[in-house]
Amino acid sequence: MFFKSIIAAAAMIGAITVACAADISGAGATFPFPIYAKWADSYKKDTGNGLNYQSIGSGAGIKQIRAKTVTFGATDAPLEAKDLDKDGLAQWPMVMGGIVMVVNIPGVKPGELVLDGPTVAQIYMGKITKWNDPAIKKLNPSLNLPDLAIANIHRADGSGTTFNFTYYLSAVSPEWESSIGKATTVEWPSGIGAKGNDGVANNVATTPGAIGYVEFAYAEQNKLTFTSMVNKAGKTVAPTMDAFQAAAANANWSVPGFYQILADQPGDESWPMTAATFILMYKKPANVAASNNALEFFKWAYEKGDKMAQDLDYIPMPDNVKKLVEAMWDKDIQQK
Amino acid sequence: MTATTLQPASAARSSPMDRARALARLRVSDAGFRLFALGAAVLVLVILLGVVISLFIGALPAFREFGVDFLFSDSWSPPKEKFGAATAIYGTLVTSLIAMLIAVPVGLGIAVFLTELCWLPLRRPIGVAIELLAGIPSIIYGIWGVYYFRPVMQAYIQPFLINTLGNLPIIGHLFAGPPLGYGILTAGLVLALMILPFITAVSRDVFDTVPPVLKEAAYGVGATTFEVVGNIVIPYTRVGVIGGVMLALGRALGETMAVTFVVGNATKIQASILAQGTTISAMIANQFADADPGLFTSSLLALGFILFVITFLVLAAARFMLSRLELKA
Repeated sequence: MFFKSIIAAAAMIGAITVACAADISGAGATFPFPIYAKWADSYKKDTGNGLNYQSIGSGAGIKQIRAKTVTFGATDAPLEAKDLDKDGLAQWPMVMGGIVMVVNIPGVKPGELVLDGPTVAQIYMGKITKWNDPAIKKLNPSLNLPDLAIANIHRADGSGTTFNFTYYLSAVSPEWESSIGKATTVEWPSGIGAKGNDGVANNVATTPGAIGYVEFAYAEQNKLTFTSMVNKAGKTVAPTMDAFQAAAANANWSVPGFYQILADQPGDESWPMTAATFILMYKKPANVAASNNALEFFKWAYEKGDKMAQDLDYIPMPDNVKKLVEAMWDKDIQQK
Repeated sequence: MTATTLQPASAARSSPMDRARALARLRVSDAGFRLFALGAAVLVLVILLGVVISLFIGALPAFREFGVDFLFSDSWSPPKEKFGAATAIYGTLVTSLIAMLIAVPVGLGIAVFLTELCWLPLRRPIGVAIELLAGIPSIIYGIWGVYYFRPVMQAYIQPFLINTLGNLPIIGHLFAGPPLGYGILTAGLVLALMILPFITAVSRDVFDTVPPVLKEAAYGVGATTFEVVGNIVIPYTRVGVIGGVMLALGRALGETMAVTFVVGNATKIQASILAQGTTISAMIANQFADADPGLFTSSLLALGFILFVITFLVLAAARFMLSRLELKA
């Protein structure tokens, strides 16, 4: 009996390995994982081709594509053109999302509290420590804010979300830029570290006085109190799909490697912390057939994946950007 | 089940030839067994040595770059590539110290109660409960810590400490700061609960080995329970008790998930034990997966090497203390 089950298990492992060999393989960012998984599911139904995506984090995704263990890497923190050229990689944006501030203050409802970039930077530098601080009161004259200690919560693991968040803080606060900087992990001057987007969401939900930053989808799913933000144009905006799309529309995508970070974009409607998530592939792939399979999938996702993305609170790329990306594939990536 | 029957002696009779063959076969199988046992023991040494060497090689770039400063610097900044282990070492030692301060007296107390004072029918249920505690995976303690224990710390225990001990001169600094729930003290308390069963289970087992005649003689000359425990039970069993305590300390130093959940993961040393900190294993768990190759990865491996050395020093100190005690006895 035991022996039989071992044989069965071995046969199954064999079957899985065979199946994987034909699948498109990718690894990287955790933020787009839900939408990639959903796309992969429909794609399999449509075409019979599978996708094996490991959501191991942006940094790890870059590591894997450099080690050539996967056909594509995925990252929320784009590589700069010179790094792309060094490794012979092509890069393009796949889908976008918004990063929102979430808080846990008794009596404050979603969207009520207004914050701006410099104030958030002050909070994360440990210089504003109470919710009734004059700087916060000034932005919220009508709210009755309690004398409650602020527990600022950040990502303890390396994260593309942190990269986009610290990029935004560096853009709006010279002090932040010089003393802390932007990266997937930084030296936080104060606060509590939590693991993953869901870790931050959870800590905020259970800690009175907490503030954190998460992808919009996590705030929605966990029913957290998100805040409004003052954008670059000085207007107060609430985190909505329209506001994320407005920020994305302002972006100038005709740059090498589509290196575009959507933080702090101009425009009255723009949400200040919008972020794109990127795909990395080799321009001269070792396995052309596998590379073509992956491109087929991305092309399919651009054409048919928009509705699914919106259902999961992601923002599809605008049509003109899709055209630019597809032109780049034909020009740069060897397909024969 | 097959029935076994005794064979009559005549059937078991064998010729001298068979006997020699059987003996030779036994010799071969015995030698084989000896080789297997030796191999198993050597394998442990080889693996241990391999771990030390590969950790050290991985850590070398960080040690070269930062030198001794790596041990004393409290900066941890991946974008600036400046790394120091002081925060993590401090957090590891302080959380373990808090855990030991609480778990050792309480654990020994439970063991004494179970062996000397407890009503007999209750001994087994309490003993089994303690052993069950030892079997709970650490992630469960982490979840309990973050969902149930941390809010209690934030709402009641930390405000109480801040308002009482926090007002005292000098030691007040240890209990300062906003009550956020996460922190070194919370991690230490969760750790204390985790290692308690180790201390209790081992101590109870060794307390049971004290010959009843010794205890009865002491009670006979009028000693109180306290005196019997202090003068007979603990001196008789100290080697075993210290062994249990060291096992617990080893677990406290290396515990990862439960601590990561509640310690606050702040890479900065703060005076207050209510403030957030980090430990070596929490740091590695959080950051290793997507550390860039180069100094960042190397510094994390260096942290691992330091934890290895700390654990080794603790075990060596325990051995040394034990040998001193045995000499005196």
